Amino acid sequence: MDDRVILRVGAKILIPFILLFALYVQFHGDYGPGGGFQAGVIFAAGFVLYALIYGLGNVKKVLPPRAVYVCSALGVLLYAGVGYVTMALGGNFLDYGVLAHDPEHGQHYGILLVELGVLITVFGVMVAVFYAFAGRRRVDT
Amino acid sequence: MIEFVDIALLVLLGITAFSIIRQKNLFAAVMMVGIYSLLSAGLFVVMDAVDVAFTEAAVGAGISTVLMLGTLALVGHSEHQPQHRPILPLFVVILTGAVLVYGTLDIPPFGDASNPAHHHVAPHYLEESEHEIGVPNVVTSVLASYRGYDTMGETTVIFAALVGVLLLLSLGPRPRRVFLNGRWITVAASEKDASKEGVRDVQEDSVQVSHEEEDSGDTNG
Repeated sequence: MDDRVILRVGAKILIPFILLFALYVQFHGDYGPGGGFQAGVIFAAGFVLYALIYGLGNVKKVLPPRAVYVCSALGVLLYAGVGYVTMALGGNFLDYGVLAHDPEHGQHYGILLVELGVLITVFGVMVAVFYAFAGRRRVDT
Repeated sequence: MIEFVDIALLVLLGITAFSIIRQKNLFAAVMMVGIYSLLSAGLFVVMDAVDVAFTEAAVGAGISTVLMLGTLALVGHSEHQPQHRPILPLFVVILTGAVLVYGTLDIPPFGDASNPAHHHVAPHYLEESEHEIGVPNVVTSVLASYRGYDTMGETTVIFAALVGVLLLLSLGPRPRRVFLNGRWITVAASEKDASKEGVRDVQEDSVQVSHEEEDSGDTNG
């Protein structure tokens, strides 16, 4: 892949903006279209692009498969964890109002954390599935 | 103006669908599916469902195209000649399509304020979201707060899907053209010892297993 200069340089320029855009989609989801699902996919797309241009070995150095598996479980854990914290604070499961003195602020914190959980899981799952497909050798019969 | 955009998008959608059916080169078909997703995303934007359109564009046109291409790298680019007559599948597809079209006759008119969907909890969400949640995007407040339990289920489903994919792919490459029952039993048994080692080792283990199997399975093939 060393001869594809335009692809390599172009990807290098684009990837930071893709990751930044994913974070924008994530944290602007309260005000406009977007949220954890979309942001997770876009964040994963940045790494997939890196893998397509620079090879699977290099992206696995940046993001080892083990970290990706941990991510995909961690997001669900964070989501459910928020639910248990609200229960411990005396509310219902996933009733974010109890997270702060002002219920509206509590809702804000809750949504932020929960969307972060969705982002982490979706990102982890997308990259892990990509690793699983791309890492398989072709069977020639 | 909106009608014109609708018609243009639907016509393009139809053309893309037909060319996917006619396409024998799977590589081109996957690209067409990506275009199909992008056109669907355009339709969702016209229907003011920007969040759905966003997801469709990112997942349908983006990631799944890459995953399909990854699959094609494993299975090859050209479609095999079908070994059955197309009459029965065509009949099933036409029947299903007719039933679906019949089903749409009962659907209330698009965008009508008296639709049942606009009378249950939707008015409460739309009117109270600003005071109860304080988030300007009602989609986010419904998704993450009012329906937070559902979204947790969705996140869990995505996680479960990954577990399923990893389990399936950890069975290792299977020789083509062979669909024997005996093969599955041996592969499933090898999975137990291999799961401790991690995915990389699982693949190598099961490659050996499937080769051994090839010898024993020759009686049926």
